Amino acid sequence: MFIIIAIILGVISLVGGYIALTNPKLSVGIIATGIVSLVASILFLLLAAPDVAMTEAAIGSGLTTVIFFYVLNKIRQGNA
Amino acid sequence: MLKKILILFLLAGVGLIFFDLFQSYQSASELTTTAKYYADNGAKEVGAANLVSAIVVTYRGLDTLGEVSILFVTAAIISFVLKHKPEEEDKNRVIKPASEILNTATVFLTPVMIMVGIYIFINGHLTPGGGFQGGAVIASAVLLIFLANPKFHLNHSIIAFVESISGVAFVVVGALGLIMAGGFLDNRILGLGEFGTLFSAGALPIIYIFIGLKVGAELSNIVGILAQEQNIKN
Amino acid sequence: MEYIILITGLALILMGLYGIMYIKNIFRIVIAFALFDTGINIVMVTIGYLRNGMAPILDKMPTEGTTPAIVDPVPQALVLTSIVIGLGVSALMLTYVLKLYEDKKSLDINSFKDLKW
Repeated sequence: MFIIIAIILGVISLVGGYIALTNPKLSVGIIATGIVSLVASILFLLLAAPDVAMTEAAIGSGLTTVIFFYVLNKIRQGNA
Repeated sequence: MLKKILILFLLAGVGLIFFDLFQSYQSASELTTTAKYYADNGAKEVGAANLVSAIVVTYRGLDTLGEVSILFVTAAIISFVLKHKPEEEDKNRVIKPASEILNTATVFLTPVMIMVGIYIFINGHLTPGGGFQGGAVIASAVLLIFLANPKFHLNHSIIAFVESISGVAFVVVGALGLIMAGGFLDNRILGLGEFGTLFSAGALPIIYIFIGLKVGAELSNIVGILAQEQNIKN
Repeated sequence: MEYIILITGLALILMGLYGIMYIKNIFRIVIAFALFDTGINIVMVTIGYLRNGMAPILDKMPTEGTTPAIVDPVPQALVLTSIVIGLGVSALMLTYVLKLYEDKKSLDINSFKDLKW
């Protein structure tokens, strides 16, 4: 059972990484990075590491994504 | 062109190394010597149910001290590079007010989020969680305030006060361990208490509370600097 | 299960390395660094995994002479530190991206030639 979940999550995270690097829109890339972090936090939970999973979900997936968006917003404002 | 070929060669080489690593990887069946020591004696020596907290705060406490310092230096560099000049602020810029739902939710959720963050780092020695996670939750609460009200001004003197007091307290508690117990950041300066209760594990919860406050203040500071309404120069 | 997760982590590291060296947009290079970071963390936690091991949180004091059936807690403690520093590094790099953009009005890495010889 866990193996099937791990395969699905692994495929999701690899597709997310591919989208993050190749999609022409930067905002889509940022969202894809956030999804990769979120999936990684579930993988940590499968590896019996709840502490790391909590940290990754709160910091890697939450705060990092928002900081990326703030900087992207500033760059866009400077462009206009 | 040559550059692309070189990059491909480098990636292929790294991939080959990784393939070799993967082939020789065997899922371990027993703990290594260090981990076995921690698993056997960690609960007895430190008194914490969560062994990861025990390692982060006491056995490898110096690493955590260095890490908190790195975070502090990062926040300092960011605020130095993105210096905020209030007189340049565009007073005429109209910001669309946030929606009613977001405003109301911010009023109700911010105290609850800060309380959850404090709960997470007070119980760091019993349940998953600890100073870093609780600090991140507190920073998320600050972030929610910024989402609802982009003109919100984070009070830097409070942040600086919390951060410096908790940093000094962290080092002072560590130094007390040097005098009263076995070494720097030793948590046995207080009684170990009964295993699995809130008041156990000696000074570990106290140190984790200071780490949580410091990390929360630093992350809030980083978010606040990047979120402030300031256009880049045209 | 741990083999699949190890493959995922190694593939994420390779993707991030490709992005860092190949992509021209400096903002996307920071995204590639974040992917690289996630991959390294996954690999480190996987190496500490023990088959059928439980999370390193004890429910009672282990009795003398027995080792509780837990996974290796040391890599987890290191990764905990690494994630928090990863946020700091990302924020620092993004700040420099902002400053570079302010200077040259471009995100293309080829337009920064000041120190090139």
